[in-house]
Amino acid sequence: MARTVGFFTDTTLCIGCKACEVACKEWNQLPGHAPAFGDGYDNTGQLDEQNWRHVQFHERTTPKGGVAWNMMSDVCKHCTQASCMEVCPTNAIIKTEFDTVYIQPSVCNGCRDCIAACPYHVIGFDEASGLARKCTFCYDRLQANLLPACAKACPTESIKFGELGTMREVAGARLNQLRGQGMAEARLYGDKEYGGLHALFLLTDKPEAYGLPNAENAVLPSRNNIRNYLGSVVTAAIGVVGAVFAFRERGGKG
Amino acid sequence: MPQHFVAPPQWEWYIVWYFFLGGLAGGAYALGAILRLMGDQRDAPVSRLAFLLTLPLLAICPILLTLDLGRPLRFWHMLIDARTFTLNFKYWSPMSVGVWVLLVFSLFALISFLEAFGTWRSGKAPFLTGGLGRVFLIIGALFGLFLAGYTGVLLSVSNQPVWSDTWALGALFLASGLSVAAAALTLMARLGRHEASAEAKLTRVDRYFTLLELVLLVVFFVSLGAVGSQFLQPRWMVLWVVVLIGILVPLALQLSPRRTPAMLAAVLTLIGGLALRIVVVFSAQM
Repeated sequence: MARTVGFFTDTTLCIGCKACEVACKEWNQLPGHAPAFGDGYDNTGQLDEQNWRHVQFHERTTPKGGVAWNMMSDVCKHCTQASCMEVCPTNAIIKTEFDTVYIQPSVCNGCRDCIAACPYHVIGFDEASGLARKCTFCYDRLQANLLPACAKACPTESIKFGELGTMREVAGARLNQLRGQGMAEARLYGDKEYGGLHALFLLTDKPEAYGLPNAENAVLPSRNNIRNYLGSVVTAAIGVVGAVFAFRERGGKG
Repeated sequence: MPQHFVAPPQWEWYIVWYFFLGGLAGGAYALGAILRLMGDQRDAPVSRLAFLLTLPLLAICPILLTLDLGRPLRFWHMLIDARTFTLNFKYWSPMSVGVWVLLVFSLFALISFLEAFGTWRSGKAPFLTGGLGRVFLIIGALFGLFLAGYTGVLLSVSNQPVWSDTWALGALFLASGLSVAAAALTLMARLGRHEASAEAKLTRVDRYFTLLELVLLVVFFVSLGAVGSQFLQPRWMVLWVVVLIGILVPLALQLSPRRTPAMLAAVLTLIGGLALRIVVVFSAQM
């Protein structure tokens, strides 16, 4: 059944339990990397071929001088205009009947152009399979009418799942509620970027603080096609004229 | 200054060598074709040399690209959709365009190689003559120029730092491809025995292209603006010095009429061209 699905991740409800990460790995049979223990609670590090959900922990100073966390469960944004899909030379990356972005494992040949393109650091190269891998939006579960594993496991409903239109409404209402309560720093991410993301986020800081490019920097790879080709064409023309000039006969000089 | 949160695609040595050899092969074919089209019979051996050089270099390219894939046996997925068995071509994805250009250009390179080999070994008459021959060489040269430059465009059509922050990378790689091709031909021509006029022409064109590369290197840094500071870390500075030596020293040495300095200049140009690709490919991914 074709429908347009979406996540709405409300970071104000995230408690950093990482149930989403665990549920994702369980369902998708991702062994994960060995954890890296640093000076924080984030031992996942980043989204990649093994981590399709990543709970970020950002320390911030509260107005009263205390320290608090901004936590966010990050995930593939399933962009409407997807940079990865734009560059993929094999057409391995497709839009599913749920309007999500899916890398077909039977088609991908591991060229990694999508990794260079994704502005969200989502896709990783899996050495074992030789493929680019990322969140599938639990494509198999969606086909069986189940919730994505992360949304199912989230104990605080920080991760919400539903029709994209509904998610937009819920996100908008939540934003108004928080603003009404005086949380002026609350903002929505993903309603405009890349033609609208299928993973919306309610943030309490600027997007850059969560590793998300702001509106100015959320741009498609293809923006560079024309200007780079144009530069090359001008250079080619200069080169050819230069060669003709260099090769022409110089009256008896040889 | 643009912000990037992108992951590196882990394009490493296979890709660096492909960029270098693709630039060299594409540039060499274009030079051979231009020389041939200008019709001076005394230059025929040098233009033949260019065509003899192009194909072997080009033949390495698809091997490198295939080895770089996570699934080398699926190389053909670049050309044919593995589900629908229709042709894959995305003009807005330089990797897709590049694969096709590589394929089509290889045909031109092969035919020109066969002709050059025939005239060289068996003294056969060239068959790429007349109007049709000229059209063939012009189209082949255009594909060669495309091959030399699109690799820079490919890097730029991404969201990687540095690569995607400039409009001059395709132009820079093209200028460098022409310059290393001229250097390689100069080197080979000096090793063999050729008409003095042809050698003088090669030296001149080598000089022009080295100058063009220098100009585009400046344009590249100007187009990067503040992002260019990524290169100012010490480990990249060493390579940039090699790149600069590969441009500035040849410019001085090319003035010398003697044999050894001209050959040294060519070698330095080749090393500089490789260093340029190493620093551009690796530095943005760290």
